[in-house]
Amino acid sequence: MLINADTGRCIGAGMCALTAPEVFDQSEDDGTVVVLDAEPGPERAAAVRRAVQVCPSGALSLAGAPATG
Amino acid sequence: MTQAMPQPVTLPMTRERPLDPPEDLGRWREEGPIRPLLYADGHVGWLVTGYAAARAVLADPRFSTRVELMHPPFPQRLRQAQIKPRPGFFLREDPPEHTRFRRLLTGQFTVRRMKLLEPRIAKITEDRLDEMERLGPPADLVQAFALPIPSLVICELLGVPYDDHERFQRDSSILLSLESSIEEITAAIDGLTDYLAELVRRKRAEPGDDLISGLVASGELTEEEITGVAVLLLVAGHETTANMLSLGTFTLLNAPAQLAALREDPSLAESTVEELMRYLTVIHLGPIRTALEDVEVAGETVRKGQSVTIALGAANRDPGRFESPDTLDIRRQAMGHLSFGHGVHQCLGQQLARIEMRIAYPALLRRFPGLRLAVPADQVEMRSNMAIYGVHRLPVAW
Repeated sequence: MLINADTGRCIGAGMCALTAPEVFDQSEDDGTVVVLDAEPGPERAAAVRRAVQVCPSGALSLAGAPATG
Repeated sequence: MTQAMPQPVTLPMTRERPLDPPEDLGRWREEGPIRPLLYADGHVGWLVTGYAAARAVLADPRFSTRVELMHPPFPQRLRQAQIKPRPGFFLREDPPEHTRFRRLLTGQFTVRRMKLLEPRIAKITEDRLDEMERLGPPADLVQAFALPIPSLVICELLGVPYDDHERFQRDSSILLSLESSIEEITAAIDGLTDYLAELVRRKRAEPGDDLISGLVASGELTEEEITGVAVLLLVAGHETTANMLSLGTFTLLNAPAQLAALREDPSLAESTVEELMRYLTVIHLGPIRTALEDVEVAGETVRKGQSVTIALGAANRDPGRFESPDTLDIRRQAMGHLSFGHGVHQCLGQQLARIEMRIAYPALLRRFPGLRLAVPADQVEMRSNMAIYGVHRLPVAW
């Protein structure tokens, strides 16, 4: 699992940092996503998928994973 | 090509049961996620009731949030549609203008920063509970607990003196009432604007360690824009959470087994907050977006210039997304609900609201294990006439 984060699209809602805090944080400056672990292990996969799904701006995607609506 | 288009409906405003969205919305969602809606000015636009379609519209930059493009989906909105947006009301701006404001503010509302406020919010909550205990039952939970907690918190964050709360709470309430006249709404916005403009000038002279002082110091916005941002954050920062705290408590009092479970196990607070947000959807009359070009939504073509009203409450009860959606279940995984919105306008203060609720509900239930309504449930007056749903008063005893 490889995480792509588009800080240009990110609106700093913090849903990823709330859902998977071991993997995502937010910048102190503008609140946009900071990826702490771009290749999280399988034990974090469920939380990461949930974070990608609830992201309001579509700033997160998973490489190799099928696109979801 | 498509099935016969259903006749345009009008937006239902009356609830059969106080905690459920109007029944028509659920019935229409079963027929399809989007249908034509007759707007109060005669415009024929759309109504979205399905979860996936609601998310799609809210996330799509081809839909605008600008008030001057919007058609009012019900008569009371006709008046609000005529109020000119003011500088700094970035909720009503599209990117890139919206982005300029949002980027300046998001750093102040991160998950980590909001967590740092936990001890202070817990102290504010305990102080209110002490005061309730001192005065004894009965109490109006709205005035004694639900409104002061988020008001005190947002005042501290923005650097607004809480001593002035009667003034700005009165103006906020007029602003959010669907029964206010244009003159009343304009006077309320003017009142808030004058009050906060004066405060912004004072912060320039004597900066503090607060959000408004930070915006002044950043030099990125004009004084007028900072004032507009302050008005928006002050109103949004207390009315929303206040209504969730009182309506959520009312809901839990109607579900005694779940209330007891939350009191016994505070670790249920996180899922309880998400579920109450989903189940109650206090932003119950919109949001409204307008297409900037033709856009396909769930198989229908929304034409350029057509408005789309998104029934968040119906979307949050979509069985395609949430199992047994009409059942309150504080243990379910309700994250992903649309009560904070979706897309670039998703609530800026949502992480603050979450922490306030996660602290306040369990603290209230622990302090008053015998908390109960002091009037029959059907005598609790619902805020059907307000842009944010809830209860006007919640008489409780313990």
